[in-house]
Amino acid sequence: MTVNSTPKKSKELIRPMPANWWLQKRTYFLFMVRELTCVFVGGYAVFLLILVGRANDAQVFSGLLHSPLSIGLHLIALPMVVYHSITWFNLTPKVMVVWRGEERVSPLLIAGSNYVAWLMISFLVAWIAFKAE
Amino acid sequence: MAKSNEPGWWSLFSAGGVVAALFLPITMFLTGIAVPIGWLSAESLRGLVHHPLTRLYLLLLISLPLFHWAHRFRYAAVDLGFKGLGGLLPAVCYGGAILGTVMAVFLLVRL
Repeated sequence: MTVNSTPKKSKELIRPMPANWWLQKRTYFLFMVRELTCVFVGGYAVFLLILVGRANDAQVFSGLLHSPLSIGLHLIALPMVVYHSITWFNLTPKVMVVWRGEERVSPLLIAGSNYVAWLMISFLVAWIAFKAE
Repeated sequence: MAKSNEPGWWSLFSAGGVVAALFLPITMFLTGIAVPIGWLSAESLRGLVHHPLTRLYLLLLISLPLFHWAHRFRYAAVDLGFKGLGGLLPAVCYGGAILGTVMAVFLLVRL
């Protein structure tokens, strides 16, 4: 008997996925918005890189921060990054389940402490910046 | 199981996610709103940038969010239908984050 060595192709069904699948349901859409906040997070890192690169020239540095392009991009990126913060803090209790003895630490407490930390850090950074003024 | 770099990239993604969530909104408020409307002068912010601790702060705020972007964007791009790019997509993403980190170190040391 000869063995036919050509492998048989399996007949599994690969359902075609339309590229706009994430526009078809609100939850899918919000998921995609959450994932795409990373573009603004990374984009701002690039902006900081440019800013640092110009930090030895007072005029260029100031001009960059006052340019309409910078202001416009900030106004788009800031809400997206805030959305990243909120979704990130709300997901933490789902990723990190903490037990105290037999009792599970309330997810609200974990998310809540994230918001408290966010508030305190924001005040601290603002205080340092305005104190230097 | 095959060896994978996944846990390493995920850790950087996660660290970047935390840093971005806690520190980016207020920093963006300073550079994008407080300075343009005149609450804060660009010159005092520029002075602050030269402080050693601020440089460390900026290094973390540039590098980790870039790795966060790299890992999340890699998978989001596939979800959006960018398939068949093979190893190119992760190479560009993680490579970009590594390049950005090297540039940040170089620029911050040079200040």
